[in-house]
Amino acid sequence: MATTATSPPPKTNRIGLQVLDYRGGKTTLCAGCGHNAISERIIDAFYEMGIAPERVIKMSGIGCSSKSPAYFMSRSHSFNSVHGRMPSVATGAVLANSKIIALGVSGDGDTASIGIGQFVHLMRRNLPIIYIIEDNGVYGLTKGQFSATADLGSKLKTGVINDLPPIDTCALAIMLGATFVGRSFSGDKKQLHTILKAALAHRGTVLLDVISPCTTFNDHEGSTKSYKFVKDHEEPLHDLNFVPHFNEIDIEYDEGSSINVTMHDGSSLRLRKLEHDYDPTNKVGAIKRVMESHEAEEVLTGVLYLNTTAPNFIDMINMTDQTLATLPETVTRPSREVLEECMEALR
Amino acid sequence: MATTEIAVHGAERDAQRQPVVNDFSIQVATVNGSGSQSANTVLLRTIFQMGVPVSGKNMFPSNIAGLPTWYTIRASKKGYIARKKEIDFVVAMNPETAKEDVLSLAPGAVALYDEPLKLNELRSDLTFYPVPFDKITAANCPESKLRKLVKNMVYVGVVAQLLNLDMTEVEKALHKQFAKKVKAAELNWNAAKAGYDYAASSLTKADPFSVERMDKTAGMIIIDGNAAAAMGSMFAGVTVVTWYPITPSSSLVETLIDYMKEYRVGADGKATFAIVQAEDELAAIGMVLGAGWAGARSMTATAGPGISLMSEFAGLGYYVEIPGVIWDIQRVGPSTGLPTRTAQGDIEFVAKLSHGDTCHPMLIPCSVSECFSMATDAFDLAEQLQTPVFVMSDLDLGMNNWMSEPFQYPEKPQNRGKVLTAEDLERLGGFARYKDVDGDAIGYRTLPGTDHPGAAWFARGSGHNEKSQYSERPDDYANNMDRLARKFDTARALVPKPEIVRNDGNQVGIIAYGTSHHAVVETLEQLGAEYAVKADYLRLRAYPFTTEVHEFIAAHPRVYIVDQNRDGQMLQLLKLDIKIEDIIRLRSVRHYNGLPIDARSITDDIMTQEGK
Repeated sequence: MATTATSPPPKTNRIGLQVLDYRGGKTTLCAGCGHNAISERIIDAFYEMGIAPERVIKMSGIGCSSKSPAYFMSRSHSFNSVHGRMPSVATGAVLANSKIIALGVSGDGDTASIGIGQFVHLMRRNLPIIYIIEDNGVYGLTKGQFSATADLGSKLKTGVINDLPPIDTCALAIMLGATFVGRSFSGDKKQLHTILKAALAHRGTVLLDVISPCTTFNDHEGSTKSYKFVKDHEEPLHDLNFVPHFNEIDIEYDEGSSINVTMHDGSSLRLRKLEHDYDPTNKVGAIKRVMESHEAEEVLTGVLYLNTTAPNFIDMINMTDQTLATLPETVTRPSREVLEECMEALR
Repeated sequence: MATTEIAVHGAERDAQRQPVVNDFSIQVATVNGSGSQSANTVLLRTIFQMGVPVSGKNMFPSNIAGLPTWYTIRASKKGYIARKKEIDFVVAMNPETAKEDVLSLAPGAVALYDEPLKLNELRSDLTFYPVPFDKITAANCPESKLRKLVKNMVYVGVVAQLLNLDMTEVEKALHKQFAKKVKAAELNWNAAKAGYDYAASSLTKADPFSVERMDKTAGMIIIDGNAAAAMGSMFAGVTVVTWYPITPSSSLVETLIDYMKEYRVGADGKATFAIVQAEDELAAIGMVLGAGWAGARSMTATAGPGISLMSEFAGLGYYVEIPGVIWDIQRVGPSTGLPTRTAQGDIEFVAKLSHGDTCHPMLIPCSVSECFSMATDAFDLAEQLQTPVFVMSDLDLGMNNWMSEPFQYPEKPQNRGKVLTAEDLERLGGFARYKDVDGDAIGYRTLPGTDHPGAAWFARGSGHNEKSQYSERPDDYANNMDRLARKFDTARALVPKPEIVRNDGNQVGIIAYGTSHHAVVETLEQLGAEYAVKADYLRLRAYPFTTEVHEFIAAHPRVYIVDQNRDGQMLQLLKLDIKIEDIIRLRSVRHYNGLPIDARSITDDIMTQEGK
């Protein structure tokens, strides 16, 4: 019997899409920029979770980081808004269509300086969104000024020393009401990939501060956001293992050395403790540990805080499950009788 | 001569004057936070219920309690509802302002006052009615701590007796005001009756003013412009509302919240809307744009300082081409300014809000009825034109009570604009977001979440080509700018047309907008009756200007533009729009002291400029 050689079918995810379907335009960022690595991890996570790109909106403000949504998932709607004000645009979009998955991409300037007002209020609302800060401690597009996440004593290429304390966006987010807060490193492929998949299983505000070195303006000796510094000082809290809801979940684990969290969509996030007394569901403990990491000059990474029981903003405002944007006129325009009732009350 | 004799002397003279029925204004001077608003509303409603056209204007301080406030009620058998410059009847309850309140009256006016103030000593040419308010209140309100609030209802009773108001209508109005608060209604009713009885037994009618029943208000309603806008927005089908509290716009959204909770919650108990109190106006407008981009009918309401903060996003909305509705309830001045006083101060600013060549359609309601109907117009236009639309109300319209014919149910189906569905995309094979397919310069858009691989487009500022891809090509940029300019011409044909009143005048034209309308209609009569000037009148209802506006200006040698701002802002916009040779026809009437504009001031200004 003759056989015909055929090429194997292309690899697809659970909804039949190839990883190519999650790609975007060619990046225009600098070679080696951490943001490009984060874009790659985003593509992998959405592909592996089998999320249709059409269900996703990519939201950003202004800056290098905010340009990056053009470089992944071209089949998703995207909105490059104004500096520091992506949170409000994203909030409006999610209210208009609560079925879409919102991915916000911002930078440290866009978030912690001009955007700090909108950032803190987004965190308070626990709106369902994944908010990634591509954090390099400098303004790239305006050529290398310090941002508000730059560490005390960190040095610019020009030799200028930062003498103001940094804003810790993770500590802020935990304090204010975000329900999934993580810190990672663009160079830590496995950890970032796992956290992103877990983020997609969460329904609430996910804040991920991802240290993402700027090879052009902040990757030198004396910088605390350089590849070398972060590699040397990264302190992972735990080993992460994520099992998506559509895979069989192994229920056996060692309670002494691991914490198992069931996510909103039924997925499972397992955190094998590297620090035995760290409890990521303890808000006060989490903030304390994050603050301690600054004193120890550690780049503390992992899932810093997780709360799967707090209501999100859509629950809080008791909104219909239907998409507001496309509600029919029969629902959004009350009847003539209602108008007559309103008129009668004013006579 | 003793002061009491002066009063009597004045009274005798006044009694000989012709009776003045249903044509006067009452000004009540009180202290804010004293419950006077309830008393004034009862007075207003009583006159309204007696079928007499009436309007009320609240001139209040930016303060919670303790500062002077004035409320003016005008009864007008001819139906004029603008502020009347002259006060005929003052109720002087506030010791702090009483002297000035009385000294500023014209001879022959009436002053009803709190007896201990001894105001009758100030002048001899007024009719004075002293009333011992504290004594009457104490006798009728056992709880001393409530007396301050009830005291004002005593003047309602006194005024009712003096002006011949029907006490059964006072009682009805009072029960409407206090609705379910039974105890408060009873206390206040007793106070009103006590005032009435005091006047009947102790005061002698010595002025010519009175109210007689008419049939001019049957079936009509009383509402403020902000509540009308709120109701209109609900019937327009708003789904996302964002706001930041600011006087004088806050009550618009607060009333909207009440209406939506009542009428827009489904059988499952879930809201068919989202209302968010944002952290500031920067966020409020950002949410409006995000929601509009995602397909919702979204709106916010604000005032001048909020508009300033919204300017960057307004430009983005213009260039990304996103629908949204912004209500600007205009007030006086920037920052603190006079937040509780009225102006048309944001016209020029809003028309061009933001940097880098922007222009925005504005709808300009003059009445509560238009606040209602323009809410629907605004959403239809915003979605049709894919751009932010501003509705330019003001404090006078928004926060004062106005009588009106009942509102008309919106008959036209919602115009949701050019939105492509997944099925459309399948049929068309693709689309270019900013391509002018239909020749009206309006492209087709898709909403996020549209289930089609070709649905997505990248929303960004002005630097893009037809496919919404980032482009720095000079021709792409210029082409886009030119298309947007053509889109504004499309808007010109779609916005509400002006209303024109022709009096066969071929010399003098008047152009006004918003709340100035009510003064101008009265001015038209004054010009005719007092100066035999037949003026034509055009009321602007929108920007950009329609062809009727150009024609009107070209048809009159002298056209007076009435603005409630110092710089003649609408005049400036008109200058930019009309033919150069027509600019010399334009003249300016400006009013900017914080008070609603009145007919007499306009008439005087026009006649001075006419050289008479």
